Amino acid sequence: MCHAAGNACVKEPAHDPIHTNIIIHHTMNKQSNTYTIIYIIVLVVLVGTALAATSLALKDRQQENINADKMNQILAAALITPAKGETVADFDRYITSQLVVNELGDTIAGVKAFDVNVAAEVKLPADQRKLPVFVCTTPDGATKYILPAYGAGLWGPIWGYVAFDSDGSTIYGAYFAHQGETPGLGAEIEKPAFSDQFKGKHIFKDGRFHPIAVVKAGQLPIGNEDYVDGISGGTITSKGVGSMLDNSLTPYRGFLEKLAGK
Amino acid sequence: MAEKIKNTDVLFNPLSKNNPVVVQVLGICSVLAVTAKLEPAIVMGVSVIAVLAFANVIISLLRNTIPTNIRIIVQLVVVAGLVVIVDQVLKAFAYDASKQLSVFIGLIITNCILMGRLEAFAMGNKPWPSFLDGVGNGLGYAIILVIVGFFRELLGSGSLLGYQIIPQGWYEAGYVNNGLMILPPMALIVVACIIWVQRSINKDLQEE
Repeated sequence: MCHAAGNACVKEPAHDPIHTNIIIHHTMNKQSNTYTIIYIIVLVVLVGTALAATSLALKDRQQENINADKMNQILAAALITPAKGETVADFDRYITSQLVVNELGDTIAGVKAFDVNVAAEVKLPADQRKLPVFVCTTPDGATKYILPAYGAGLWGPIWGYVAFDSDGSTIYGAYFAHQGETPGLGAEIEKPAFSDQFKGKHIFKDGRFHPIAVVKAGQLPIGNEDYVDGISGGTITSKGVGSMLDNSLTPYRGFLEKLAGK
Repeated sequence: MAEKIKNTDVLFNPLSKNNPVVVQVLGICSVLAVTAKLEPAIVMGVSVIAVLAFANVIISLLRNTIPTNIRIIVQLVVVAGLVVIVDQVLKAFAYDASKQLSVFIGLIITNCILMGRLEAFAMGNKPWPSFLDGVGNGLGYAIILVIVGFFRELLGSGSLLGYQIIPQGWYEAGYVNNGLMILPPMALIVVACIIWVQRSINKDLQEE
């Protein structure tokens, strides 16, 4: 403690046991390179083991959560919001069948739609893709067909699900999500204000097949197709949604034509 | 620095007089990011308490064996390991909260409160006081998060923990949620209000 105004403040040397400990360890050569290297190797191996054990122990539970989240998203496209903890039950109730089709609209046997990795499929040429379809019977008894989409936004992946009426053309509902688009701009694609615009749009217009365009508000699409307004300030994400729908839904043309023909 | 600090002070000082957020102004970034709703604020607070308490204990146990020239790396490895474990546990048991918190759980690693406590306290104290110090500082951080989250969710969304609090009649009478409360700047302003209130109560914290 310093009291006198004129005196410089001099700290007393510390005599705590910890400080002395460190000095002892110096003499025990715990600062040598060998000790340091062995120390860090042992530490990293221990931490690595702990992490691996945690990951293994929790994997099943995490996968359940991830599946439930995916089910929620699929149901959201058909405008169904399950209550907390009811996701799996609601999914089984409303998604009455799942099929995987090819570009021609023929069913591929032996593949489960839920397990298809859409992110990998969209990178393949259209004629090699496995195309999942979730058939949904809504609470009022109508049949809807939910198709997945996957693409790129500005910062990372974006994805979504689009539900079609049984005429194979009219959109019943849509759901979009993203990994890390800019909050307030690109991230707005996950809001109902954006996805609700898709309701009632037609993917077949005047006999021609056009996935829905996303354009700047006030502009018109080039090909006279049905369109929705993009998000101001989220141009690249909005364009990403447009090209995602283009790339992901075009291969379904065969399937949708068959639906329409029924 | 050799004077003995009482364990109760170690635990309770960070709650108010030496609060890591409003007095030391550490960890502000995550206060802005996760407090738009009350639930992620609580989850984040609990996560930081857990990570900080266990990291403090582990580092305190190891303190006499750690080679001084790599002590920061050792601290980082321990904190990073714990943070990943917390992240995995949240993904398994609180998936929605972990989705909302996204990168911010991972960013606990860079929270200055952690490195600060490890370097300043756990490296020089026994495990039990270190544990109390970790819990105390974690609580000090969590309290601010919860207060900020409470006001931001109540005024910004009219709800608390997702339950509607503001009655529907108010909205019909013309009440509107304050959209500004959802945006990051209001977190800073709420923190500033807390600092103001706290310094009016504790006069000795006021600077000249």
